[in-house]
Amino acid sequence: MNLKRLGAPIVLAVVATIALSSCAANEAPAESGSTTTAAAEKFSGTLNGIGSSAQGAAQTTWVAGFQQNNPDATINYDPQGSGAGRTSFISGAADFAGSDAALKDTELAGAFALCAAGTKGIDLPVYISPIAIAYNVDGLKDLKLDADTIAGIFSGAITTWDDAKIKALNKDATLPSAPITVVHRSDDSGTTQNFTEYLAANAKTVWTSPASQTFPFQVGDAAKGTSGVADATKNAANSITYIDESGSAGLSIAQLKVGDSFVKLSAAGAADVVSKSPIASGREDNDLAIAIDRTNTDKNAWPLVLVSYVIACQQYQDADKAALVKGYVNYIVTDAAQKAAAEQAGSAPLSADLAKKVAAAAATIK
Amino acid sequence: MTSATLSTPKAKARLGDRVFSASTVVAGSLILATLAAVAIFLVVQSLPAIFAKAGTLPNDAANFWTYVWPLVFGTIWAALLALIVATPLSIGIALFISHYAPRRVAQSLGYIIDLLAAVPSVVFGLWGIATLSGFVQPFYTWLGANLGWFPLFAPPISGTGRTILTAALVLAVMVIPIMTAICREVFLQTPRLHEEAALALGATRWEMVRMAVLPFARSGIISAIMLGLGRALGETLAIAMVLSPAIVVKFAVLQAQSPNTIAANIALQFPEATGVSVNALIASGLVLFVVTLLINMLARYIVNRRKAFSGAN
Repeated sequence: MNLKRLGAPIVLAVVATIALSSCAANEAPAESGSTTTAAAEKFSGTLNGIGSSAQGAAQTTWVAGFQQNNPDATINYDPQGSGAGRTSFISGAADFAGSDAALKDTELAGAFALCAAGTKGIDLPVYISPIAIAYNVDGLKDLKLDADTIAGIFSGAITTWDDAKIKALNKDATLPSAPITVVHRSDDSGTTQNFTEYLAANAKTVWTSPASQTFPFQVGDAAKGTSGVADATKNAANSITYIDESGSAGLSIAQLKVGDSFVKLSAAGAADVVSKSPIASGREDNDLAIAIDRTNTDKNAWPLVLVSYVIACQQYQDADKAALVKGYVNYIVTDAAQKAAAEQAGSAPLSADLAKKVAAAAATIK
Repeated sequence: MTSATLSTPKAKARLGDRVFSASTVVAGSLILATLAAVAIFLVVQSLPAIFAKAGTLPNDAANFWTYVWPLVFGTIWAALLALIVATPLSIGIALFISHYAPRRVAQSLGYIIDLLAAVPSVVFGLWGIATLSGFVQPFYTWLGANLGWFPLFAPPISGTGRTILTAALVLAVMVIPIMTAICREVFLQTPRLHEEAALALGATRWEMVRMAVLPFARSGIISAIMLGLGRALGETLAIAMVLSPAIVVKFAVLQAQSPNTIAANIALQFPEATGVSVNALIASGLVLFVVTLLINMLARYIVNRRKAFSGAN
């Protein structure tokens, strides 16, 4: 009696499972047919990554794309944060890390649990995100700012929208005589690190604090994460913030004075600055930590940019893991993967020559 | 002759007895062991931060105590503000349910209050950001313009409304259910005879409540306040989401730079922390642990001292 009663739901469940799985089986080949470029070699195994939340959306896109090409491979990415990612990678809890900052010298001095004895982790730039100066002021379009003015606003020296310094840069605009509500990150973040780096390099006289991942001044409102900052800025009138461009939907983006002209934010301009920046010196040959040139004044350059890395071993103790990491990074820097991330996560695709460099460095992973 | 038969009879130890006593001992010692493990972890991990040199700690703090002091202040200040709002409300709700409302209304109101306790704190956080902060901001502006001379309401007023007062209001909503539930139970325990005696002597209902119910319930109310305080001190996510934090010590409740709480600070900074910063965060957790312990001990002390005067005996 009981068995009979149980029977119907079980049959239903089995039928449903079969139906659903056959659906998925139908989809897979159709999708992979369109992205066959990187799928020469098939990978299998499991890879666990921990790290940057800025990379989170891009990693999700890449994981999906990679697993479609390699159905036997499983890649997990947990966006706990860059610091947590590097710590986990060093201790061996993660196979690779995503990080908005390259490995620090103190971290390179220590041992890496998953790497072969004597070898270190290497930084591979895979994700570029322009940082926008976004504002919410009724009726104000095409706000123009230079580094000194931005530093003044975010350090609390400039407090109203009709301040003479802002007026001087925006002669035609009607600026409200309202106080500026500055919104910044309340959590430590790579975005703050890169924003303060830019100001420390370009507005030395106004921005007296060194670059740091903690916002250094007691000014305005603080909010948690990119989405928190975006919400706070949208909800407060006459507010301004710095934010990953992908999170700035619904806000206006200020133009930045680079050299002598005003530049509009563009993914190409950001990628260009990164690709023309020198590789940080004093590291392993295949470590591509980038010393971003914040004072680049090329046409359309956008030096307010964040570079995020995948950190992997130069030589893994486990050869299978090495092959999988190599395959995954190689996939990430393909045109298709970078374009997919640009669409899904709002990042700027790597320039062709930087992608080539990263692919060459990734090829040396053993 | 008879002395032999008078020997104390031995209880026959049954299996159930043994299993039960063993399991209670295990349960009791397990909680102690867990607490000890947490305490040891906190102390060991804290040591590098407590003895850290200037320059290695986050926020450019000279030593650990200057680092943690604004956080301790913020934690206690936010919890205190929340209790100032929540205590009268909870007592009012509980009295309404136990002594004023018709039975059917009381019952459904009780259910609703209990339901409030089941809402996760992240939902309260979202509500705080999306609705409450925008809703109260105009009131804050008004307070700042008209009562700005009062130190608590000193301008400049936050443009987003995400101040410590908003955070305290969210906290108050979160602690009301637990405080109300305890107060309600205590009020219902008031001896019927006390109440009837008061009424028979010609007391109005309010006088009856004041003379019979409240004195009897005093220690229970204090327990409720202390439990609410414990919840408010440890609340993390809602504060981390709602509050616009800064490293300051100040009493003004309407400004954009509000003192942060220990738990929220840990939640905000842990993902990007490395090295001594991690130790500093864990050490601040130890401080919170000690503060909560001290407050609980204080509560015990007050409850025990008041018991004799409750009027119930």
